[in-house]
Amino acid sequence: MTDITSSTAAELATLIQTKKASSVEITTAFLDRMESLNAKTNSYLHIDRSNALEQAQRADQQLAAGKASSPLHGVPIAVKDNLTTTDAPTTSGSKILEGWIPPYDATVVTKLRQAAMPILGKTNLDEFAMGSSTEFSAYGPSKNPWDLDRIPGGSGGGSSSAVSGHLAPIAIGSDTGGSIRYPAAVTGSVGAKPTYGAVSRYGLIALASSLDQIGPVANTVLDAALLQDVISGHDPHDSTSLPNSLGSMVTAVQAADIKGLKVGVVKQLSSDGFQLGVKACFDDTVAKLVKAGAEVVEVDCPSFEYAVAAYYLILPAEASSNLAKFDSVRFGLRSMPEGNPTIERVMAATREKGFGPEVKRRIILGTYALSSGYYDAYYGSAQKVRTLIQQDLAAAFEKVDVLITPTAPTTAFKIGEKVDDPLAMYLNDIATIPANLAGIPGMSVPNGIASEDGLPSGVQILAPAMQDDQMYRAASIIESLYHAEWGAPLISRVPNLEVL
Amino acid sequence: MAKEQLMPYEQAIERFEVVIGLEVHVELNTASKMFCGCANNFGSEPNTNVCPTCLGLPGSLPAVNRKAIESSIAIGLALDCQIAESGRFSRKNYFYPDLAKNFQTSQYDEPIAYEGKISVELETGERFEVPIERAHMEEDAGKLTHVGGATGRIQGAEYSLVDYNRAGVPLVEIVTKPIYGAEDKAPELAATYVRVIRDIVKAMDVSDAKMERGNVRCDANVSLREKGAEKLGTRTETKNVNSLRSVENAVRYEIQRQAHILAAGGSIIQETRHWHEDRGHTSAGRPKSDADDYRYFPEPDLVPVQPSLEWIEEIRKTLPENPALRRKRLQEAWGFADLEFRDVFNSDLLDEVEQTVAAGASPQSARKWWTGELARLANAQGVSITELAITPGQVAEIQKLIDAGELTDRIARDVVAGVLAGEGEPSQVIESRGLRVVTDEGALIAAIDKALASQPDVLEKIRDGKLQAAGAVIGAVMQEMRGQADAARVRELILERAK
Amino acid sequence: MSEITPDLVRHLASLARILVTDEEVDQLAGELAVIVDSVAMVNQAVSGDVVATSHPIPMVNVYREDVILPSLTQEQALSGAPESADGRFKVNAILDED
Ligand SMILES: [Mg+2]
Ligand SMILES: [Zn+2]
Repeated sequence: MTDITSSTAAELATLIQTKKASSVEITTAFLDRMESLNAKTNSYLHIDRSNALEQAQRADQQLAAGKASSPLHGVPIAVKDNLTTTDAPTTSGSKILEGWIPPYDATVVTKLRQAAMPILGKTNLDEFAMGSSTEFSAYGPSKNPWDLDRIPGGSGGGSSSAVSGHLAPIAIGSDTGGSIRYPAAVTGSVGAKPTYGAVSRYGLIALASSLDQIGPVANTVLDAALLQDVISGHDPHDSTSLPNSLGSMVTAVQAADIKGLKVGVVKQLSSDGFQLGVKACFDDTVAKLVKAGAEVVEVDCPSFEYAVAAYYLILPAEASSNLAKFDSVRFGLRSMPEGNPTIERVMAATREKGFGPEVKRRIILGTYALSSGYYDAYYGSAQKVRTLIQQDLAAAFEKVDVLITPTAPTTAFKIGEKVDDPLAMYLNDIATIPANLAGIPGMSVPNGIASEDGLPSGVQILAPAMQDDQMYRAASIIESLYHAEWGAPLISRVPNLEVL
Repeated sequence: MAKEQLMPYEQAIERFEVVIGLEVHVELNTASKMFCGCANNFGSEPNTNVCPTCLGLPGSLPAVNRKAIESSIAIGLALDCQIAESGRFSRKNYFYPDLAKNFQTSQYDEPIAYEGKISVELETGERFEVPIERAHMEEDAGKLTHVGGATGRIQGAEYSLVDYNRAGVPLVEIVTKPIYGAEDKAPELAATYVRVIRDIVKAMDVSDAKMERGNVRCDANVSLREKGAEKLGTRTETKNVNSLRSVENAVRYEIQRQAHILAAGGSIIQETRHWHEDRGHTSAGRPKSDADDYRYFPEPDLVPVQPSLEWIEEIRKTLPENPALRRKRLQEAWGFADLEFRDVFNSDLLDEVEQTVAAGASPQSARKWWTGELARLANAQGVSITELAITPGQVAEIQKLIDAGELTDRIARDVVAGVLAGEGEPSQVIESRGLRVVTDEGALIAAIDKALASQPDVLEKIRDGKLQAAGAVIGAVMQEMRGQADAARVRELILERAK
Repeated sequence: MSEITPDLVRHLASLARILVTDEEVDQLAGELAVIVDSVAMVNQAVSGDVVATSHPIPMVNVYREDVILPSLTQEQALSGAPESADGRFKVNAILDED
């Protein structure tokens, strides 16, 4: 039998289906590894061994009774801690929610349960997903398994460090401006943000409602496709969820053919500001695609220049409203000031104590962007920038099937390096943000190791809205070009955490 | 709290022009709430009609109730409004413990209906056309109970308790444009307008329309300006004036209060005020200030509402008759004098009388029952007349028996009492209580002869032509018959036997 | 160009119901000024005739039928509350005692 914890989700699913390993055995292997290594990576905020094993046992029983619930039946999974779960605390990385056990499951969690995928635990994130490094988690940063002194990306650094450190075969993330793709890039894993609305947001603790989307974090493109097929689909609880299915991503991966593939390189995201090794990896991807027969052209998206600015107005604005419900009345922390305070003062004291500095910064920025007299200049203009970005993308997709960019401007930086410089931190998402503003799907696939620091780099693939299958097709092609060279997923080269 | 000084009403009206504006909130009677599937139910145990969405739990999302949209469009149509090609929801952001998400989902810049009008007829028959600015959809808040302190009011309370059963109940807020020219009739116009709205939504069956339950609530804006002045005066908004009488009184009070301040050279503070029906005055609430910045923005969790023309026309077909036209039609059909009709209308008894007539009673007898005996009984029981346990059909049935001579008015009242006491249908009450006019003339004659014999002086008087003296004998006979005789027939028989 | 004064920060913090100390106000004013300066460029990007996009994927008329769905139990509803009494959520007085 192959080493369980270094297997892909697809391989584990096959082991289970062919009865070569049980879900309990596999889940146990991961739990053992989590218990010995989570202290090093801080990937998980909550682990409940017996609950996970119970779910695994149920999966085994169902299979024994001849009922396979999904292609990933029995494969355990890690879930980002901003999805509600009735059987585990849900904190969203914040002190204000410490210990809160929601009375309902997120739709995605329900789908995982229906797919008989045992939940290994809840993964760390920047508080309310505000950040690119998990350094803003109220429960301490997660560590990058490639170098424990470095960030695993954010906000979904718990999921990316769990997957790349083999503390989970696969995980759920959420992506508002790159929180799945950026962590995937800097940990050498695969991460996909589906088209806005492809996956229900019901039960996802909202950061910015018009940007948030749930998606898979995985070892391989096929694993990501398998998981996206499990979690996507219309949900009447989410009015913005797409009415129709986007089809099977697994089929798109399996049928991927480079013949006729037209790839656009975004001019604005291919030259300046990228770390040399990241740029070299990207150039290598382009060269590989050309050599394999894809048509690669440069496309111009001038309004991308305004994307980060628009994003840092829309996100805080929506977040300031979404986070207003954290008021000490119905759930979560209550902080009592001295004396006999009014509820207004209790709320203000609770929010002062329960929210970290980045959350407060963004709430106040968002309050400003929406306040009377400033709305048109800030929030209103930012919403217009979205239109311009959509127009640029529409023009680009007239010419090409997918766009590619480096996922992140640099490889993983050192913990603490940017924590006091919000602007520098915000620029990590420069390449990922346009997809959220426009609602289109985006995915990061490993494309090598930067020579100067030996850390992984990722290439981002963008496709038109609703054409997630095109994105998976291109991602699968790129991945296979690299696997042909490497012989295995990049994550197989992660250092041995046990000896670090 | 000290009562403010007031200018005498006539003097205030003489000097100032009154401008009013009314915001009426109508709670829709949908089965489920506006944005979630919880029951829209009055009177449930606290926090039992709640879910993650209406409790504003992290991760929850809204989903719009189709019926609520339909009802809102219907209200817009009934108010002669334009229906928006595209309407959308926005978030109105402010913190308050009864507001689960600390924002209210409400239509702001794109209301579902706008630019309408409604005709309002005062008691004198004078008509006003009230211009409607907009009707928009929003959600209700939860209910606060203030505990401790002397009064159960928010002032001086030790703590408050929140029940979110009402949170997320669909509301339609109907906002008028400024209403000019009502002069001394402004308070009456305000109350009558609210009543017209209430009657419309009740007739449409889009709301239970019970003001005492808060199904229809009014905020009244009042401002004054010197006669002839161009510029509008500063307005106050009196919140939650929850009966027709309160609307009238609150507007009148604000006119007098503002007039006194302005006449003394003072200025009106733009603020919300609260009406205290028990004490007959308004008190200052929160002043409007820069702090009122609701930071509206389009609700990203909901998509625009774009009703098709076909849908709107389908809804239009379901609209009931316009209440004003209906009144005209009914008065003609019933042949009531103005006073008689107003009596019925002002007592809110149009439906009851109409249904009683439909069940076979004459309009006049139906009117007499409802505005007379039944109104008296409701009053005595301290309930509203529509809550009396008798149906228009039963009233009509009783009236038919009277018309057929099988019941007297007096016996009929006993039958009504039996029905109200839960003794069953009129026929069952008559059966079990043994109530029926005695038509056995032998028994009547025996009773009359006995009465005449015991009152020889009366017999003399009758024989002398003093026929009114028969009354004394009628009383005795009716008593003997335990009321179950037709008094007119008894009188005829007395005169016959006295010959 | 930005006018992020300490008073404005105080006002915004009170709108957002966040208690702030004087030091925090000064720090936030400085940080926000830098951020606002860098995001204010959105102004130059757009002209009046560009429509605003509030929803990335355009959809309209998404409704649910008027059907009652199961609610939480009172116990579930109150399960996360810091304080409750009589089946209700308990909060401190709304108004200051005068
Ligand atoms: Mg309103
Ligand atoms: Zn609900």
